[in-house]
This record gives sequence, C-alpha cells and structure tokens, in this order.
Amino acid sequence: MLKRFNLKAWLLLLPALSLLIAFTHWPTLKTFWRSATWARSDAAPAKFVGLENYEILLDDPIFWKVIENNLWYALGTVPTSIALAIAMALWVNSKIRFTGLLRLAFFTPTILPMITVANIWLFFYSPNIGLFNQLLALIGINGPNWLGDPDLALSSLMIMTVWKEAGFFMIFYLAALQTLSPELFEAAKVEGASGWRIFRKITFPLLMPTTLFVLINALLNAFKLVDHLFILTKGGPNNASNLLLYYIYETAFSFLDSYYAATLTVVMLVMLAIIALVQIFFFDRRIHYR
Amino acid sequence: MLKVEGLTRRYGDQTVVDDLSFSVNEGEFVALLGPSGCGKSTSLKMIAGLETPDAGSIELEGKDITDLTPGQRKLAMVFQSYALFPHLKVVDNILFGLQARKVAKDEQQRRLDSVVELVGLQDHLQKKPGQLSGGQCQRVALARAVVAEARLCLMDEPLSNLDAKLRNEMRTEIRSLQQRLGMSVIYVTHDQVEAMSMADRIVLMNDGKIEQIDVPEGLYNKPKTVFTAQFIGNPAMNIIHSDNQCLGIRPEHIEIVEEGRPARVISCDYHGADTIVLAEIGEQGGTTEIIKIRYPGHAMFAAQQSISVHWKLEYEHRF
Repeated sequence: MLKRFNLKAWLLLLPALSLLIAFTHWPTLKTFWRSATWARSDAAPAKFVGLENYEILLDDPIFWKVIENNLWYALGTVPTSIALAIAMALWVNSKIRFTGLLRLAFFTPTILPMITVANIWLFFYSPNIGLFNQLLALIGINGPNWLGDPDLALSSLMIMTVWKEAGFFMIFYLAALQTLSPELFEAAKVEGASGWRIFRKITFPLLMPTTLFVLINALLNAFKLVDHLFILTKGGPNNASNLLLYYIYETAFSFLDSYYAATLTVVMLVMLAIIALVQIFFFDRRIHYR
Repeated sequence: MLKVEGLTRRYGDQTVVDDLSFSVNEGEFVALLGPSGCGKSTSLKMIAGLETPDAGSIELEGKDITDLTPGQRKLAMVFQSYALFPHLKVVDNILFGLQARKVAKDEQQRRLDSVVELVGLQDHLQKKPGQLSGGQCQRVALARAVVAEARLCLMDEPLSNLDAKLRNEMRTEIRSLQQRLGMSVIYVTHDQVEAMSMADRIVLMNDGKIEQIDVPEGLYNKPKTVFTAQFIGNPAMNIIHSDNQCLGIRPEHIEIVEEGRPARVISCDYHGADTIVLAEIGEQGGTTEIIKIRYPGHAMFAAQQSISVHWKLEYEHRF
C-alpha cells in the first residue's frame, strides 16, 4: 500500500520534476563542469583545467568592476525603492481622494516591460534633446550627459530602476497595510503618539514580514535585471555601468568565451543561493509572531 | 467634567448622530446604550477625536476640545478588539502611551507596578498578546487605559468579545476598579444588562438621537417612550394598544390569578427560575394582544388553557 502510494506521488511529481531537471538542474551541473574546462574554440575539444578559469577570474579587473558596480547598484536601488514603496503605500492607503488614480499611477511602471521603460528613459536622459536636460536648460543649467559620463551612468540606471521597482513593491505594502486593524492606529493616536512614532513603533514593525520578502526580491532583482543595459548603456562607458549578468552575456555571446562565461555564472549562482538561504532562514525563524 | 453639546455626524445624507447632548460628572460611570447602528460608537469616537463632528462641541473640564487631536485630549480608551500591539510585549503595550508622552522612567515604573497588581498581570508582562487568553488581553487593554491616569476613560464595547462567564466577571471587576480609582468613564454597549448593572447613569440612544438620559432605576421604572420601555428589561415590556393610547406593563408585573382579566395561554418557555408564559388577552374573535408573563417557578399550562391575569395599577405605564 505504502509503495503504491509512493509511486503515485512520484508520478504526480514527474512532469514538474522532469522540467526542473532538464532546464534547471542539468544546465546548472553542466555550467559547473564547463567552468572547469577550456578550449581554444567551440569546435575544439574541451580539456579539464581545474580551477584555472577561477584564477583568471580573480585577476580580471572587469570582473571586480562589475561586482563592485553590482553591489553599488543593489545598495543604491534596494533601500531606496523599499523606502519609496512604503511611503507610496502609506499615502494611497490614507483617506485622501483619488486613491484609485494614484495607485494606478504608481503601479504603471511595473506593468511596462523593462525594454519599454528603458526606451522611455533613454528619451529622458538623452544629452541634448532629453527631457531632463531640456528642463534644466529652462532654468539655465547645462545638463550633464547622464548615460555617457562614467561618473553618472550607473546612478542614472539606479534612478530608473527605483522608478520601475518601487511601484511593484508598493502593492505588497498596500496589501499588508490593509490587513492591519485600524483600531491599532486609533489606539496609538489616543495614547498621544506622534505620526512618526506610530510609524516607527507600530506600522514599520508590523510590516516587517513584507519588508523581508520585498528585500529579498529586490536583492535578487538587482542581480537579475539587466534588460535596460541593452538599451541604455551596454555596460559603458568603459564598464562604468556594467553589471555581472550583462558581463556574462557579453563574455558568452560577444567575446564567444563560453567557458569563462560559465565560470562567471557559477559565481552569480553562488551569490543568489546565499541570498535565497538567508531568505529561507529569516522567513522560517523570525517573522511568525502572530 | 465632560459636556457634549449638539454633537452631530453625517455620512452622506444619513445622519448617524443627531444633536447629541449629555454630560459626565467627575467620577461618574455613564453608559451609552442602544441597539447596533444607533450611533453610540460614532459618538464615542467623536469624543476621542477619532471622528470629526459636523456640528456641536465637546468641552472637557471647562475647555473646548472639539478641534484637538486625539493625543492632545489626553483621554484613555479601551477598544472592542482591545487594539493591543501584537509585536510588543505586554509591558510595552501598557507603557506605550507613557513612553509616547515622555513620562519619567521611575514614574512609569511606579504606575506600571500599581496597575499590574490592580489587574493581576504580574506573570504575563514579558509575553506577547498572542500568547494570552481573551480575558488576559482584556486586562492588558484595561491596564493600558488605567495607567494613563486620564481624566476620562472611554470604553467601546470592551466585553463583547468575551464568553458569558468571563463577561460577568469582568463586568464586576471593571466597575469595582472604576469605583476604587474614582475614574470618570463613558462606556458604550448594546447590552442593557451591562449598562444597568455598571452605570451610574445611562444615555439611551436610538437612531442617532437620545431617547432618555436617566439612572438605571429611572429607565426601568419611568420610561418616557415606548422605545425605552421595550429596550430596557427582559423580556421586553408588553405594549397593549387601546384607542390612541399605549399601555405598557412589564412581564414580571403580571400575575396569574383566580379572578381577573381573561387570557388564553399560547405557549410556555421554561427558564429555570421562572417561566415565560405567552398569552393572548382580549375577546376571542375581537381585538386581541399577545403578552408575555414572567411566572416564578415552573408553570405547566396547556396551550389554549384559559387563565386570568392581573396587575397593579401602579405598574402601568402610559405612552
């Protein structure tokens, strides 16, 4: 009886499992293997080189540059978009008029595909005809080259990413806010707590589960989202705005070095795995206080 | 100490609180009583500052507080859902207001110690509300209100989430606490037993308006309207229509006697200490009225049995 039950269970799991193995686990294993091999060209037979690819990686200044960029990118976009998301959620959750329109406005960037968003922002950022510089010209400021200046390119990308992501995270915060009993806030008000104190002592702690969920997703996105790079900067100028995933793409399909690309991919997988593990541990241990 | 004058609140074209005026004296326990949706909770929220009145004024200790924020009014409030902060320990829940108002640390401790002893929460201070029973949560909410040492304490149906036994216990407890501390309390309830047993005075509301303000005995003995007469007392007062007048007589004041008004039994409802007898008075075939009679002990009347009823003239109410 038990055996038959097991068989049935495995049969039910089979479709999902075969897809996972074929398109996730097997390629992952192949990537690990490929990162330990090398060949002069794709036609030549690959030979085992051990950790040699990783030694090259440690000496690769561009690798360190994209890692640094990626960390700055995460640091610049994640807290900002979370803070904005909370602020917007609090705003559209309050008793003001036109909340429906506001919610729609905040959520619109999320509906748009990243490529579309990048094209819109390309127009904003263009050196001469761009919206920002035209506006700046109105008040007599000669606007910078947002995407062409190595000191500004990455920041410009971050601003666009925050714009795109905050609305999405707002939805999670809005949902969480609406599950909180209004009597809690009434009680806090009667007790004489200021708005800031209510936020710090009541609202924010009660939103903590959402914040952790959003934080993990935002971090993963910071490493996973690169579509906009294709439109806006292609990682330039001089890798000033290059990110890890885009560098992997370049290595594999522009420089045609799939072995080194595999090595970079392994690094990325390990980083994402660490984030995912933190998520699992935090989610299971910390947040169930209700 | 509290004076409410002409308080009015409208939602759209519906007036939920209509020209409400009453006052609370120092150390007095006033109940706002009425059926669901009569505007009593809205009234309380306006006094707390959580709702803005469309008209009227609220005066506390001679000062107009109508336009003050809830925090500035320095009142305490107990909510129906207790409104305990789920992520804070009991002790932090109780001290939340004192911390917000920046009361000195040693003063906080002193008040905490006395209130915790008062409501008996000594063993639970480090727990979170989720680990407490309903009765204990109620005590925490009560402690949070008492610790504020506010001029006026507002309570919004604080017992309605408890089971019947606990409700009776807490009723006595809240009342004795209020009397020991000399608190001024406005207590919103739809339960006439709560209002009758706890309050010094009752403001009976119906449909946004005040029906009658009186001490509990006054509401029971001298109801001014049919609504009051029927709302107070259980079972409700019998109303017998005659010509253009209404005659009211309470079920507990009707006796079943040998000689009197003829009546026919419809059914009996045994409650233990007494039996509620449903009967029909008036001429058979003519205009009849159904009345309820509270009969002490266990009555065994068959349906359609003829009985005679009687009541003393002094128990008659005319509307």
